[in-house]
Amino acid sequence: MKIVVGHLYPDYLNIYADRGNIAVLSARAQARGHELEVRPISLGDAVPTGIDLFYVGGGQDREQALVAVDLATKADALREAVESGSAFLAVCGGYQLLGRFYRDRLGSELPGIGLLPLSTVAGERRMIGDVLLACDWAGGRTLAGFENHAGRTHLDEGAEPLGRVLAGFGNDGASGFEGCRAGRVYGTYLHGPLLPRNGWFADRVLADALAHVTGEEQELAPLEDELESAAHAVSAERARRRGGRF
Amino acid sequence: MRLPLAVEVAGARAAGALSRLVGAGGGTTVPGKLLWKVDPDAIDRLAARLPQGAVLVSATNGKTTTAAMVAEIIGGRVRLAHNAAGANLVSGIASTLLASRDAELGLFEVDEAALPEVAERVRPRALCLGNLFRDQLDRYGELELIAERWRRTVSALPGARLAVNGDDPLVGDLGEGRALAFGVDDPRVARSGLQHAADSIHCVRCGTPYDYAAAYVGHLGDYACPTCGHSRPSLALAARDVELHGLDGVAFTLATDSESARVRLAVPGLYNVYNALAATALALVLDVPLSDAASGLERFSAAFGRFERIPVGDRRLLLLLIKNPAGANEAIRTLLEGERFGTAVVALNDEIADGRDVSWIWDVDFEPFAARLDRLVATGSRAAELALRFRYGGLPEERIEVVPELAQALDRGLQLTPAGGELVVLPTYTAMLALRRIVARRGHTTNYWERAA
Repeated sequence: MKIVVGHLYPDYLNIYADRGNIAVLSARAQARGHELEVRPISLGDAVPTGIDLFYVGGGQDREQALVAVDLATKADALREAVESGSAFLAVCGGYQLLGRFYRDRLGSELPGIGLLPLSTVAGERRMIGDVLLACDWAGGRTLAGFENHAGRTHLDEGAEPLGRVLAGFGNDGASGFEGCRAGRVYGTYLHGPLLPRNGWFADRVLADALAHVTGEEQELAPLEDELESAAHAVSAERARRRGGRF
Repeated sequence: MRLPLAVEVAGARAAGALSRLVGAGGGTTVPGKLLWKVDPDAIDRLAARLPQGAVLVSATNGKTTTAAMVAEIIGGRVRLAHNAAGANLVSGIASTLLASRDAELGLFEVDEAALPEVAERVRPRALCLGNLFRDQLDRYGELELIAERWRRTVSALPGARLAVNGDDPLVGDLGEGRALAFGVDDPRVARSGLQHAADSIHCVRCGTPYDYAAAYVGHLGDYACPTCGHSRPSLALAARDVELHGLDGVAFTLATDSESARVRLAVPGLYNVYNALAATALALVLDVPLSDAASGLERFSAAFGRFERIPVGDRRLLLLLIKNPAGANEAIRTLLEGERFGTAVVALNDEIADGRDVSWIWDVDFEPFAARLDRLVATGSRAAELALRFRYGGLPEERIEVVPELAQALDRGLQLTPAGGELVVLPTYTAMLALRRIVARRGHTTNYWERAA
């Protein structure tokens, strides 16, 4: 089957090797006999219909400000797509923009599109380092990655995090939670990139995208993932040893 | 209590010798760190003793090579205090000052983030600003932040002579009109398009994507903003008629308004043309004649760990440091000029000096390199991550060996290389230091602190 990915602002938000995430989705789809088609959606472009998975990465402050203004014009189309079952993966800056707003150090606000129940306020020091999460909604499976953000993201009452922080800072360095998930929408600060060393999560996102293609929930047969497990183990060890420290 | 400078200096020097004796490494920063702790201002006073002052070279990529080229150009005329082994933080510069008692001129490569403090302490008479590429975001933060700090540094040194890379939009206008701008002027060697890892492709003033008449290395090139008109400054020093000679070197003409000189450089690649331009520009602002700069460049062979060829028994290592997407892309672009390679050892560590965040390897265009490899030995503390990158880059898993331990990986690579052959080794910074130590222990090369002395 063909899975269509809408990659938002690949020319502006690509700071943390986001193409690694796309490469992983593509290869893992192919391994199951599916095909991934990636369509860039940038400044001024209309949101095409028929997107099964949206992806948005992170950028530098200036790029993020440029994008925020444009993203606001796409908010309705994106919300409609998500309501009709499209999946969404947002990393770092893109994650912040899916919330209600991002307030910088001087108090001025960038609008978000409110697809995720959260808001972000810039903090004094950047939270940089390795992170390890446990995802209770996925049988306690873990996600290992790297975080680098000044924003403190606060989940709204009742919002579901992506994971519990085992090591690292997470959303705000205080709540013990990282990321957010709402249906098939996932937001996280984890890059590294996220998907190469977290194969199970790449499959979860792919399965959600396939569910939009077929109209039925999907499960993917696991792959061997020997190198993936080895890379995950080292990254997890790093987080335990040195994550979450200024 | 403040000790007399002479006492502090003697104590710090002894610490460096001690560090070497106990085998802790080169001791290249130990005395400086000690001195810095005891008396942070001592560095200022040591620098002030240099009769001809100091010059600084900073850039994301090429600062070690550029400074080594400058040393080749001017080293015969003045005694230098030069941090040749790349210890480029305040402590490393302090150590170099301590170790060079009779130096007349300081020649220091400086870490991009450390430049403001070093410049404030050393008060250089000249400054060469090369380029800013995305590098170790976990340590340096965003590019524009560094450019802004550099701008303030330049403003705070109104008397210093400046050389800037005009081809880098973030650096080209830092000189406030008083800089000598250098760049490449030969569209025949431009890339067909911007690379994936190109960074500053949106106008630094208004955010519009630049039009590139020519893109040479990453975002370095002949740029112009179609909206506000911000464009490459006119070049006071240009490289023209560039001829790339594979792995053997590169030839080009250095041209100013009034004269020109043909240079045959023994190190390859367009990025080394940029290093040669930077070194020449700095020489020119120090009033060295262009012909002397050109002959110095022709004598230049290689800087520490950057395109070094090291014989190991009846085989040879070709060592190319990789540390960020732009630099790694150029290393690979250069390698592709050569023959097909059998085996390569690629080493990824994640210490602070390498960058703890290893995402950058996904921004490197490893694909054309992978396509010409028979076998990859992936090594270093993040060997598995690197192996994944190559597998996704098209190298079949059965041709990848994961050997995290560096000495073992080197042995495996040599074993897979036929006698008389050359093994390509691409290490990150701390892996490069460790590999050189391993090779030196086996008696094949000198240690870097011996070489740098």
